[in-house]
Amino acid sequence: MGKRVAIVGYGQTYQRSSRKDVNGVELINEAVVTALADAELTIRDIDAIVIGNMDHFEGINYVDMWSAEGSGAVMKPVIKVCTGGTTGTTVAMCAYYHVASGMFNKVLAIGWEKNSESDTTGAIITAFHPVWERPTLGGAVAGLAIEASKYMHNYGATERDGARVAVRERLHALNNPYAHLHQEWMKGIPPEKLVDLIVGSEQNAMLAYPLRMSDMCPRTDGAAAVIFAAEGSAEKIAPVPAWVHATANRHNFVYAGDVDMDRNTTIAEASKAVFKKAGVKEPLKEIDVCELYLPYSYAGLKWIEDIGFCAYGEGPRLLWDGVTDMDGELPINPSGGVMSSNAIGATALIRVGEAALQVMGKAGPRQVKGGNVNLALATGFGGCYWGDVMLLGKKKPA
Amino acid sequence: MNDKKREDVELLSISSGEASQPFDWSVGKHGSYFLQQLRDNKKIVGIKCPGCQRVYVPPRPVCGHCFKGLTLDDIIPVSDEGTIYVCTIVQFGFVDPSTGIQRPVPYTWAFVKLDGADTCLTHFLDSTDAEKVKVGARVKAVFEEKRTGNLMDIKHFAVL
Repeated sequence: MGKRVAIVGYGQTYQRSSRKDVNGVELINEAVVTALADAELTIRDIDAIVIGNMDHFEGINYVDMWSAEGSGAVMKPVIKVCTGGTTGTTVAMCAYYHVASGMFNKVLAIGWEKNSESDTTGAIITAFHPVWERPTLGGAVAGLAIEASKYMHNYGATERDGARVAVRERLHALNNPYAHLHQEWMKGIPPEKLVDLIVGSEQNAMLAYPLRMSDMCPRTDGAAAVIFAAEGSAEKIAPVPAWVHATANRHNFVYAGDVDMDRNTTIAEASKAVFKKAGVKEPLKEIDVCELYLPYSYAGLKWIEDIGFCAYGEGPRLLWDGVTDMDGELPINPSGGVMSSNAIGATALIRVGEAALQVMGKAGPRQVKGGNVNLALATGFGGCYWGDVMLLGKKKPA
Repeated sequence: MNDKKREDVELLSISSGEASQPFDWSVGKHGSYFLQQLRDNKKIVGIKCPGCQRVYVPPRPVCGHCFKGLTLDDIIPVSDEGTIYVCTIVQFGFVDPSTGIQRPVPYTWAFVKLDGADTCLTHFLDSTDAEKVKVGARVKAVFEEKRTGNLMDIKHFAVL
């Protein structure tokens, strides 16, 4: 059994389509400085650093080495972690393990990406097998469209159901100054009407059926940093630390053609493991808020079923009933989520950071339940249908 | 040089230009056998795990579920016909990082579950007709006339 660990500080850059005013090191530094200020710590207080991104996206390898000045890693232990889309949550898990082991007291987790520096579809294709997959793969858009088509086939979900998820994410993003997409025109229009407008719009180009522009995440430049501290220090640093109650990840296949497209089995298994460890029996009732890595709209229907918030095929009902809106029983992605900002290496770490803010009561205009959040769930998703899950809570874990 | 001028600095970026880094990827024994069967006999093979009985296409040396080694003797023929497990019609243009040229769109990308296999081969279909390319539709492999020992020796799958 490891030490108890909590998140005590969080910082992120404003997520934008292009940050030509900074290079990668400078972007990383912005997030690190913000996280240190949030925790009222200095870089001298940090015992080790874990950093990650999708290295082939910028065409620069070994970020642990070349970012040392910006990350604060000069003459400190630093480890690079890259697991694709899940990188941010895996960085968080790795920092957590550092502290839980008892070998480090305060550890800094960093995720970042400058998607503006290359073509994201091309870069994603190079993450797949050169012999068996790259010749026909159509990047993340096609890789997600196939899952959507299967979900629609199996459960009769419609384009309007998908659009309802997109509407939630973009409406929530309006409360988050750090979000990349701010679709101000949506303000004040009821969700049902917004769904009609989006599905009926001729400008909303079809990318790969059933996915239109509105169903996908943007390409973003941004960075995030989260500080983990051990019990004993955590309570002194943060008035309300966000305790790590459980974390798990699952990877499941060799080639894309092996993936079970009927259910997201990795997120299901990782969630089950986390809930078992934390003693969560009724996720919908017990969890107060989620920050889920939903890179496209239909994930917001299907994967919430796999996590266990409702039965298979019932995702759309939860959406239309408003259960997952800001004032619903289980608000999902008050930040606006991945569909409103996607600096890939930072994205899953932002889920962890945003979940921590909700627990700490520091989420400002995007705070849910008047700050009365006991349990917050964060997830990561990797393009090969991998799943990371981290559960944070206000009370110290048992 | 006053400070105002410094604030107005022109933001530069450096292009990598036409950089290319060619690779030579080893396919391994199991994968090579698969590709040779495509090239020489227009046959598709899979591999059956003696533990869980799953049939994988393409063949690989380990069953991930059982963590059991699979030998070339475990390779079995599978059909060149199958069903569409999932598919999508890709309509947005992008540069194929393997060739450096624009992938022709629209094209249909499908996971084909060949008869006798438990996993899918990911490939192109011959049709972009949304009425025809549907989950569950039957398809058959169409081979290239000139074959080189590459997955693309299967030109595409034709919707039946």
